[in-house]
Amino acid sequence: MDTTRRVSTISARVDAAVSSVDSVEDELELSAVRHRPEGLGQLEAQTRFSRKELQILYRGFKNECPSGIVNEETFKDIYAQFFPQGDASTYAHFLFNAFDTDHNGSVSFEDFVMGLSILLRGTIQEKLKWAFNLYDINKDGYITKEEMLDIMKAIYDMMGKCTYPVLKEETPRQHVEVFFQKMDKNKDGVVTIDEFIDCCQNDENIMRSMHLFENVL
Amino acid sequence: MAAGVAAWLPFARAAAIGWMPVANLPMPVAPTEKNKRQDELIILNVSGRRFQTWRNTLDRYPDTLLGSSEKEFFYNEETKEYFFDRDPDVFRSVLNFYRTGKLHYPRYECISSYDEELAFFGIIPEIIGDCCYEEYKDRKRENAERLMDDQEDNKDAKLPNMTFRETMWRAFENPHTSTMALVFYYVTGFFIAVSVITNVVETVPCGSALNKKEVPCGERYTVAFFCMDTACVMIFTVEYLMRLFAAPSRYRFMRSVMSIIDVVAILPYYIGLVMTDNEDVSGAFVTLRVFRVFRIFKFSRHSQGLRILGYTLKSCASELGFLLFSLTMAIIIFATVMFYAEKGSTSSKFTSIPASFWYTIVTMTTLGYGDMVPKTIAGKIFGSICSLSGVLVIALPVPVIVSNFSRIYHQNQRADKRRAQKKARLARIRISKTGSSSAFLHSKRNGLFNEALELTGSTEEEKRLSKSTSLLESQHHHLLTCLEKTTNHEFVDEQYYQQSYLEAGLQNYSSRSPSLSSQEGVTGTCCTRRSKKHHSPLPNSSEPAHMQPLTHARQQGLQELSTIHIQPLSTSRSSLNMRMDEPAPLNCQGSQITTAIISIPTPPVTTPEDDARLPAGATHQNVVKVSAL
Repeated sequence: MDTTRRVSTISARVDAAVSSVDSVEDELELSAVRHRPEGLGQLEAQTRFSRKELQILYRGFKNECPSGIVNEETFKDIYAQFFPQGDASTYAHFLFNAFDTDHNGSVSFEDFVMGLSILLRGTIQEKLKWAFNLYDINKDGYITKEEMLDIMKAIYDMMGKCTYPVLKEETPRQHVEVFFQKMDKNKDGVVTIDEFIDCCQNDENIMRSMHLFENVL
Repeated sequence: MAAGVAAWLPFARAAAIGWMPVANLPMPVAPTEKNKRQDELIILNVSGRRFQTWRNTLDRYPDTLLGSSEKEFFYNEETKEYFFDRDPDVFRSVLNFYRTGKLHYPRYECISSYDEELAFFGIIPEIIGDCCYEEYKDRKRENAERLMDDQEDNKDAKLPNMTFRETMWRAFENPHTSTMALVFYYVTGFFIAVSVITNVVETVPCGSALNKKEVPCGERYTVAFFCMDTACVMIFTVEYLMRLFAAPSRYRFMRSVMSIIDVVAILPYYIGLVMTDNEDVSGAFVTLRVFRVFRIFKFSRHSQGLRILGYTLKSCASELGFLLFSLTMAIIIFATVMFYAEKGSTSSKFTSIPASFWYTIVTMTTLGYGDMVPKTIAGKIFGSICSLSGVLVIALPVPVIVSNFSRIYHQNQRADKRRAQKKARLARIRISKTGSSSAFLHSKRNGLFNEALELTGSTEEEKRLSKSTSLLESQHHHLLTCLEKTTNHEFVDEQYYQQSYLEAGLQNYSSRSPSLSSQEGVTGTCCTRRSKKHHSPLPNSSEPAHMQPLTHARQQGLQELSTIHIQPLSTSRSSLNMRMDEPAPLNCQGSQITTAIISIPTPPVTTPEDDARLPAGATHQNVVKVSAL
């Protein structure tokens, strides 16, 4: 009995030591984490990009993130550079979650390229589904008014302070009201994916703008 | 925009699809690449060393030599490469700037050769990254100082048109410039020495054996000393007056330390002259004579070292002050303790706490005069503790403080430098940020103006005005325009915002546009060229010119498909509102209008501006245009 207890305490202490060593190693690992994407052929099969396009995309991606993955901070920094006048961090956060499909806190090249494939080469359905996924913050299949309000505030934050006309407190809320009036057919306070897709497909404006960025790459 | 970020622009644009379902307005057309080239490798031959890079990499910075068409001048047809007869080592840094977006300054490189290369390739040195910027600036400053020193030596050649006053001032400041100045320098130095020695000898007793009492020489040879003193003071006064006359800025000269020393040195004499031989004031007079010793500080004009010492003391005054403060604390503590310890003993010299200060100081600095000693046991114990701690408090930290001080001093210098540089850098970053956003606003105005001209058919002007913004820029601007359309608000620059903010503060009106658009259920077509013009603001400057043609064109255009949208209040700057005549558009395409045309009553906030800025004859109402599908 005594020996087993002693052994267990010793092993506990050893475990603790090992785990502390592990944590040191973990730290090293985190700083040196590398991610290599799947092969070009595989990505070509999974996405709708050609080899050349994937090459161009990867070069740009790797330049900015040599470790092969983007974490949220870097993502926010990059995205903020495009909107010098406002604060793009909240929207970048939502965008990050939309791209990080496996929710592991980082966006790898595969996530990146899959997302882009949907956005640039996907069908209307897929694009709308992606947009719905972006708005549905907790990914429960319903867009509530609060979620939409968060998204709307994030978008308006990107405009910054110096706008014309001056941004008021209630502008995002009003915009959300408009959105819900348009989208929420059965007036149950949430927008489901079917309502969303239906409504967007009936809206010429939205349809047309969905095709806007097709020639981006 | 940083280079690497440019690679993410396609991503940002793709992500903009997330705004589309939320937007109520149609989006502008995306800019297309006119000639979509495949990305190719280009070869840059720099003095024989070949660098290769993608063409796109160089295109990231279109206002540099390599990024613009200027490099075509260096294109070699036979070898199909760009040849530059420059330093290949520095070119490495230049090319890395394109690749990574950060410009680094290699430490081994000479600063002037680096600057030359940067100037050749059209890169401004301000974008050197944070890691190398301090080093670069330091080296640059060193170099500049060196050049300045060289220049000063050259400057000593007499300039032809210097006034007499300027000559005199230069003679005073740089004694080696002319013989007269040198003579003057030595004469004043001699007299300063004489004066100081006189003051010292004055107090030496040189009584003869005859007298019973020994008198100081000053009282014995009063006349002689007085004459000497007078002579010295006269010389000093003349010198001071001459300097005052020659100084370029008299006020600044009078405030300078050296002139204050001069004044303090000669003032006692004059005060002594003025004052009578009164018994009461003679005490004060004696005190004044002390100030004569300040004449020794006049030597600092003659000695560079003294000046440097003075400057050093001045600059580390805070550190010395802290040392003094901590010493004072220790002294007070120990004096108090000693006083109360010795209170009991009879005929104790420790009559009060301030009286104990003297004992504490003497003990702590290990001087130990012995004029005050504790007699009680407690006093002796505390006295020994005091002397031990004195050793620790004073002897040990002094070298530490000295080294600390020199380190902190340098660090402080560096921190100040960095702070000053940081302000400049933040200003630059702000400028570049506002540059990018103002570039957007600017191109917006230009772009719309272009389209206005397009309609009128004046293609030459259009070509003239269409600035060659790079594709990257135009894509970025398109992205920002989409955001504007999504939120129904526009980016404006700072001053406009201040203006409109004040006005909005006066009136309390809420933007009703989103609700309006929802009520009307507008289904407008997206982005035909004309429709875009209809609801977009027009450049302020060109208002009167193009108003008429546009109205015409609009009426023409309406014969065909009329695409009308709600013109929301918020998106049009009030001063730039297109004032359309309403009756004309309503006549055509009456069928299938889904909503009635309403004219939104102009909100009060826009009217004052409108009145000020509108050309005469235009209506003040925004038009709600309806799509006829």
